[in-house]
Amino acid sequence: MRKGEILIETKDLVKIYPMGRHELVALNRVNLIFRKGEFAGLVGPSGSGKTTLLNIIGSLDLPTSGSAVVMERRVEELSHKEAARLRNEHIGFIFQTFNLLPYYTAYENVEFPLLLLKVSASERRRRVMEALDWVRLADRASSRPAQLSGGECQRVAIARAIVKQPAIILADEPTANLDAENSHNILQIMAELNHELGTTFIFATHDEKVISYLKRKITLFDGRVVKDEIIS
Amino acid sequence: MIGFLLKGIIRDRSRSLFPFLTVSLGVMLTVFLYCYINGLETNFIDSTARYASGHVKIMTRSYAAEADQIPNDLAYIGVNSLLEELSHQYPELIWTPRIRFAGLLDVPDEVGETKIQGPISGIALDLFNPESPEYSIFDLKRALVAGRLPEKMGEALLSADLAQTMDLKPGDKVTLISSTMDGSLAVANFTITGFIRFGITALDRGAMIADLRDIQQALDMEDAAGEILGFYKNFVYRDKEATLLAQNFNDRYKDDKDEFAPLMLTLKKQSGLAELLGMMNLFSSVLVLIFVVAMAIVLWNAGLMGSLRRYGEIGVRLAMGEDKGHLYRSLLIESAIIGFLGSLAGTALGLAVSYYLQAHGIDISSLMKSSSLLVVEVLRTKVTAFSYFIGFIPGVGASLLGTAISGLGVYRRQTSVLMKELEG
Repeated sequence: MRKGEILIETKDLVKIYPMGRHELVALNRVNLIFRKGEFAGLVGPSGSGKTTLLNIIGSLDLPTSGSAVVMERRVEELSHKEAARLRNEHIGFIFQTFNLLPYYTAYENVEFPLLLLKVSASERRRRVMEALDWVRLADRASSRPAQLSGGECQRVAIARAIVKQPAIILADEPTANLDAENSHNILQIMAELNHELGTTFIFATHDEKVISYLKRKITLFDGRVVKDEIIS
Repeated sequence: MIGFLLKGIIRDRSRSLFPFLTVSLGVMLTVFLYCYINGLETNFIDSTARYASGHVKIMTRSYAAEADQIPNDLAYIGVNSLLEELSHQYPELIWTPRIRFAGLLDVPDEVGETKIQGPISGIALDLFNPESPEYSIFDLKRALVAGRLPEKMGEALLSADLAQTMDLKPGDKVTLISSTMDGSLAVANFTITGFIRFGITALDRGAMIADLRDIQQALDMEDAAGEILGFYKNFVYRDKEATLLAQNFNDRYKDDKDEFAPLMLTLKKQSGLAELLGMMNLFSSVLVLIFVVAMAIVLWNAGLMGSLRRYGEIGVRLAMGEDKGHLYRSLLIESAIIGFLGSLAGTALGLAVSYYLQAHGIDISSLMKSSSLLVVEVLRTKVTAFSYFIGFIPGVGASLLGTAISGLGVYRRQTSVLMKELEG
């Protein structure tokens, strides 16, 4: 996959949630293209449709109308199993609350996606240690989440997201639970990964610290794209 | 993946220790109760065979029809030739004739007047034939609590309980008053050489053991006996073989319309034993079923609680691209591992208790004071090869069933709200 190649394309994407007798239009004719290597952010107030768009790109939800093509697959046409496979093979997730598996070490948490992909043991070890190296946590590989700080937990979550070398990483408010210093550390790591590995990052955020790292800022309001700007 | 699951199970005690203990306890009870029922059935069969029914029993047809009333007037005549024939044709069994009799036991005072009388229920055994199996069948040496065993005709044994009631001592003389085979009055004198206790209340309440020839003489039953009992040489009842044997024997007399023709009945065919043993088997099956259902409900609830606790973990795994089917199967594998390990521990504990009670037993004599069942007063469990496996049916089955039901929640999970849920 070459740099600049289209990974995600939405056309007239609409998502409507029924709310009793009324309907909530979460996304309203969203047309966007994301290319390989982008470091983009969806910004906007709560309820503007950021998480809904991430959900559809991440094949966790289906659009009401329009289409979303992710890695050459139409999300709206995927079965549950195919959607799971798309996520498993091509998409990494980073959550606001880390969501590490509490009874497993940092190493094992990072290893888990590779187990799902049935990667061999020796290859798993190499890739897990490489991912932990990337987030500078190789020395904490045997620690469990309860023994790690919030910033370290989020770095483990990043390692877990990148270990399978996905084309796309979706991060929903990844710094919301971190202090300023940890937020910058995390963002720096993600920027490096984007630069070195060419991984496409798409954030949903209203954190100014995150926005300051973005190369592309897409502003949503009431489910519409109101501004799409490249930041130099 | 299984290694990964195992690490989680071992480290997260709430998803391993509680279900493990539940399964272990349930399996232990299942194994123990199975062995207990087994022991009960074996004790029951063994006692009934030894003291009443044999593994097969031959009577005349009319005696068999009224066997409960001990109708010695309908006894089989020509026992010696029949015994010879049986030994020749069915050498895999030991054959022994018996006469059951009832009557009054009269104890005289110094001048020969009646001092005390009491009802007795006696069994005449082939005591003085060196080839007779009755000493070992009745284990008379072990049952003897005072005095000695009879050595010659005219000597008999009496239940220790009855002897105490009648204030008898070994060596005392008694008179048996009964009726002959023809219905006349029968009177015979005996010397009570010893007292016995079998540990079976129905026998110990008023039993008298006398030699077969003494009773044949006393009751005018020359070459006659009410019953001829057959025992497999290893004393293990084998119903299929016994049924075939009885069928074979009875077929030989099927054209004989004489009511005194011999009839062979298996242990199970006598006194409604088949129904009783059938009930015992049904009971043990129901018991296992109850444990499966009860444990499945407990483990289902445990699974539901576990699912609540692991809500976040399941969400992350789904978000990361784990297929719902794969996730569901992994939950089943986890529960199968827990179920297997719990069953292993439960079986070990259940077998330990069962082996102990097989060796030492539980004394229930105080509960059997008015019982007429031929059941030993020390209940013992019996461990069989199946005892090693039976616990795995409810242990693994209930674990899987409980998880299979609670785990269905995975399929109801909406991936569209995962992101929101995982932010919580």
